[in-house]
Amino acid sequence: MAKLKFGVVIFPGSNCDYDTYYALRDVCKQKTIFLWHKEHDLKNVDCVVLPGGFSYGDYLRSGSIAAFSPLMQEVKEFALKGGLVLGICNGFQVLLELGLLPGAMLRNKNLKFLCQFVHIRVENDKTRFSHRAKKGQTLKIPIAHFDGNYFAPPETIAEIKKNNQIVFRYSDAEGKINEEANVNGSAESIAGLINKAGNVLGMMPHPERASEILLGSEDGRVIFESIIAKLN
Amino acid sequence: MKVRILVSLKDSVLDPQGQTVKNALHTLGYGSIRDVRQGKVFELELEGVSEKEAEKIIPEISDKVLANPIIEKFSWQILEKG
Repeated sequence: MAKLKFGVVIFPGSNCDYDTYYALRDVCKQKTIFLWHKEHDLKNVDCVVLPGGFSYGDYLRSGSIAAFSPLMQEVKEFALKGGLVLGICNGFQVLLELGLLPGAMLRNKNLKFLCQFVHIRVENDKTRFSHRAKKGQTLKIPIAHFDGNYFAPPETIAEIKKNNQIVFRYSDAEGKINEEANVNGSAESIAGLINKAGNVLGMMPHPERASEILLGSEDGRVIFESIIAKLN
Repeated sequence: MKVRILVSLKDSVLDPQGQTVKNALHTLGYGSIRDVRQGKVFELELEGVSEKEAEKIIPEISDKVLANPIIEKFSWQILEKG
């Protein structure tokens, strides 16, 4: 299988950049480079990954300042042309602020920073990010965020559902969706959302932190493997 | 010119921080407080800008940067002219 080229974007305050780089380069054996947010060149990568962290200290709103960085204008153009973009945690927040995904993030319903393993249920296994998983399957992947309470106005939620854009929802280990499993209070228990065109995915859980059994779970790898299988 | 911009969550969006502040006030005995909404304040100093120009610039930057129009609303006032 030919190696793909992944580009992991670094913002000031990113802190999952090396974990993501490691998961892609060392675990998934793909060519992976870092992209600095001040650059203007995506260096011909096949897939852009926006890692987790606290870009710009979460000043103003999580992900908002990062969305204005020079490289993100290139990422926007890349995405609008069909390029694959994966936003993890803070990366998801950046994609929302950039307008590549609909909706916004509110503070978690219990006002706590949540750092724990959760289960997410695969709702759509037809996407380029999830086709190696099975619909209804649960994945054990950790979250670590303060602002992960997904919100969108009712008409946007209706549109998202109609287009089958919900890729992952918070569930219990058995795959049941309920208030308790929806730890941050997200609308429709949304944990992962794809754009209408199917090339931009945002997710709050951290697949890179669940890419090896040593880390407590390797369930997150299926997302990277889906991308790799699709691009090859 | 000095301008103050207030950004807060839209009425249709639940404000858990405001709710928590309200509950704390109730605990302290201020039972008359019916609701609390929390927001952000920005004070901007503008140079060489007329009031008319400010009327164009302020809503523009509020919409584009200071507030996220999906969840937030803004209002503004001129604190100091000139």
